Amino acid sequence: MRRNVSPAADDRLLSAAGDALDTFPKLLLGHVRSRPERPANREKDFGIWRSWSWAEIATEVEALACGLSAMGFRRRDKLAIIGDNRPRLYWAIAAAQALGGVPVPVYQDSIAEEMAFVLNHAEVRFAVAEDQEQVDKLIAIKEECPHLETVIFSDPRGMRHYEQSFLHDYETIQAGGREFAHSDRNFFRDEVAKGRGSDTAIILYTSGTTGRPKGVVLTFDNVLISAKNAIAFEGLTDREEALAYLPMAWIGEHIFSYAQAYCAGFCASCPESQATVMADLRELGPTYLFAPPRIFENILTQVMIRMEDAGWVKRKLFHYFLRVAKRVGLPVLDRQAVPLFDRALYWLGNVLVYGPLKNMLGLSRVRVAYTAGEAIGPDLFNFYRSLGINLKQLYGMTESSVFLCIQKDGAVKPDTVGSPIEDVEIRIAEDGEVLFRSPGAFQCYYKNPEATAEVKRPDDWVHTGDSGFFDPDGQLKILDRAKDVGWLEGGSLFAPRFIENKLKYFPHIKEAVVFGDSRPFVAALINIDLGAVGDWAQRRNLPYASYQELAAEDTVYDLIEDCIEQVNRDLAAEPALAPSQICRFLVLHKELDADDGELTRTRKVRRRIIAARYQSLVDALYSGRPTGRIETEITFEDGRIAHMRAELAIRDVAATSPLPERRLLKKAS
Amino acid sequence: MKRIGEPILTADRISLAFGGIVALNEISVQIRQSEVLAIIGPNGAGKTSMLNVINGFYHPQAGTIAWKGKTRRRMRPYHAAAQGIARTFQNVALFHGMTTLDNIMTGRLLRMRRNFLWQAIYSGPAEREELAHRAYAEKIIDFLEIQAIRKTPVGRLPYGLQKRVELGRALAMEPELLLLDEPMAGMNVEEKEDMCRFVLDVNDEFGTTIALIEHDMGVVMDISDRIVVLDYGRKIADGPPDEVRTRPEVIAAYLGEER
Repeated sequence: MRRNVSPAADDRLLSAAGDALDTFPKLLLGHVRSRPERPANREKDFGIWRSWSWAEIATEVEALACGLSAMGFRRRDKLAIIGDNRPRLYWAIAAAQALGGVPVPVYQDSIAEEMAFVLNHAEVRFAVAEDQEQVDKLIAIKEECPHLETVIFSDPRGMRHYEQSFLHDYETIQAGGREFAHSDRNFFRDEVAKGRGSDTAIILYTSGTTGRPKGVVLTFDNVLISAKNAIAFEGLTDREEALAYLPMAWIGEHIFSYAQAYCAGFCASCPESQATVMADLRELGPTYLFAPPRIFENILTQVMIRMEDAGWVKRKLFHYFLRVAKRVGLPVLDRQAVPLFDRALYWLGNVLVYGPLKNMLGLSRVRVAYTAGEAIGPDLFNFYRSLGINLKQLYGMTESSVFLCIQKDGAVKPDTVGSPIEDVEIRIAEDGEVLFRSPGAFQCYYKNPEATAEVKRPDDWVHTGDSGFFDPDGQLKILDRAKDVGWLEGGSLFAPRFIENKLKYFPHIKEAVVFGDSRPFVAALINIDLGAVGDWAQRRNLPYASYQELAAEDTVYDLIEDCIEQVNRDLAAEPALAPSQICRFLVLHKELDADDGELTRTRKVRRRIIAARYQSLVDALYSGRPTGRIETEITFEDGRIAHMRAELAIRDVAATSPLPERRLLKKAS
Repeated sequence: MKRIGEPILTADRISLAFGGIVALNEISVQIRQSEVLAIIGPNGAGKTSMLNVINGFYHPQAGTIAWKGKTRRRMRPYHAAAQGIARTFQNVALFHGMTTLDNIMTGRLLRMRRNFLWQAIYSGPAEREELAHRAYAEKIIDFLEIQAIRKTPVGRLPYGLQKRVELGRALAMEPELLLLDEPMAGMNVEEKEDMCRFVLDVNDEFGTTIALIEHDMGVVMDISDRIVVLDYGRKIADGPPDEVRTRPEVIAAYLGEER
């Protein structure tokens, strides 16, 4: 769909791109010159994919930037951006940057109180919100946020009766901007030209597993150089298709759907809603995909559940060819020698099963897919790779503008995160902590010099807080958060996340938190996966009315016990970890939730908070009692609080020898 | 704020009996432009019968109904639909094998001008018409936030979502008066809150007049402009929520009388 981009406007925008392309707005103007007609953004709205070319988004960004400026937005002002992935919100990032301001994306599912903290800490004067839901939160905290002056909303639905004078419609602001641009034709171009690579490009608040969020300050140089190095590493072009569906406040999303799209000139497409991501993925068929492990897990769970419902022939065919893929898929993908017969069989499997399956999932065009953020189960990882999907792991964090290590094609292992890319130096400290130096290394934590000094030392080495080591091939292997590693009472090493990940590889287990530091043995709190366990229960005609009821079922405990026994067998195979076998567990009555502060917004477990909240349950686990009693508070998304009381069963698990003596005694009696 | 206008529907001394059982006994009700009217009452009070009379399912033995000033005689449900009265049912009445989108599109049928032969050929005006109707259906899908189930057969949907699809189908008719029969029955708290928001939004954004039957008193008190209370086929109260709430006869009907 072409809209009104006059040739004159194009010319006017073009001449700004003369100097070095060291900021995103300059890159934007560069694209207007080199690929004005190529799509830059797409969005599915009212059931139809609608697209905007680079030339079109440049005029949209210009209108918004001029409108913001007319409203009093000045250089170094912060612009908060709150909402699901929408092209308009991405334009707001570019508009703020064009004016020399700093975009501060906020997690859209933050409760009002979290939002108030970020807005106050960053001294945000302007905010762009997606819809009524976000505006309501902003109105609720307006009093507490003295800096906040103007709120711009993108979707006016439901807000006809809102009379607050600080609320403005996105389109009205843009209309004002167009008028402003008319009177000062060179304003936008001049503002863009003032930007320098060393300016602050963005402040991203990390959810952090402990304490208050910290604002990570990144410059254009940080983000741009990292993004470009990764583009060169993978050979990405302006023909890539990417789906922008992860939270905009997360560095990964910012890099993949904004920074890299602007650097390489490819198109980032926004799904219709969070609930339609899978369907939109299928329609779009991205070539460049990023997803945290839980998404790949969900997809696999869905596929397996639906295959159970398929006819007998299809089911046999599916499982037969999955076994073939398991055997020969990985060597085929890594271009190793494969016997002719196997190759033919794999080809047939591709025609009958893998091809249609990938097509169903929207993964048939994927050239590069990344997973990161958490460890991914080797079975899960290899499942996708054996289907011929080039899924790889990478290592990075907000403080490094993501890219530190990426796995090279042909050298992919499920348990490493690859080797350092161009310009990145990585060193393992004496205590095992991973340190890095890279052009993507962050400037500082905003207004928090103590925290900055703790992480970024004067010699420029940044301390990641992860402990890891290089394997013989020079690939980095991450063990755990350094501060989480502890010791059992018996004196053996206890790496909680390592065990939890092993548990989470089972589709029935959604989250797990294990305890063991300074304890006689390891015990676990388990969260079941409602989808997978619910389906499992349905197949067994097991009635349940709620999550709580399902979680308390005896048979569900049996199911989880099986999973834990398998983990124990795995752990027993490694002498150093054998004492970390899980001896007791219970299934929690509610899902761990970011709104209750139990998980970060990127769904990482907040160990200390959970330990404190479920203190009575942890005590029960170590007391030998058969049940634990708990009373918890639940926070709803709108901030209301409810109480929940429960008595949870605790179960002992058989450990594989060698095992802690306590277990032996119990068995004998 | 919204304006509540003149009565658009006036039911005057309606009586309806099934054999010896009197379902409605000389009930007079007015529904005013742009209001949200709640009809409440204990089980068997005649609430659903009242809705059925309004949209022509039942024919009262006595009394008249005037729609926008015009008194109607005997009328059938499709007359009501053609006049701009849409409804949803206590037990969801959707086409279970059809997708959400198709179900909503059936709500557009009355507004389709081309005959089915022309539609089968699907060219020229028929195609344009289909596109326009599809665009309207998409507006409703967006409004009710059911994009994710657009292509899902409704038989596979949970009850709460089916209720929402049914509301969508009723909205597709672009009705002036929307009758909702227990739109929130059997829903959990979250689904109820969503539904309340949709009802209020429909009323607000489309200006649709709404008459609904609901048991959840919290919901009724929150969203309605006016409440009519029925008991054993008689109207025992009619007024704004705060006033109705305190009436002794309403309390008696709900809590039983002191003995």
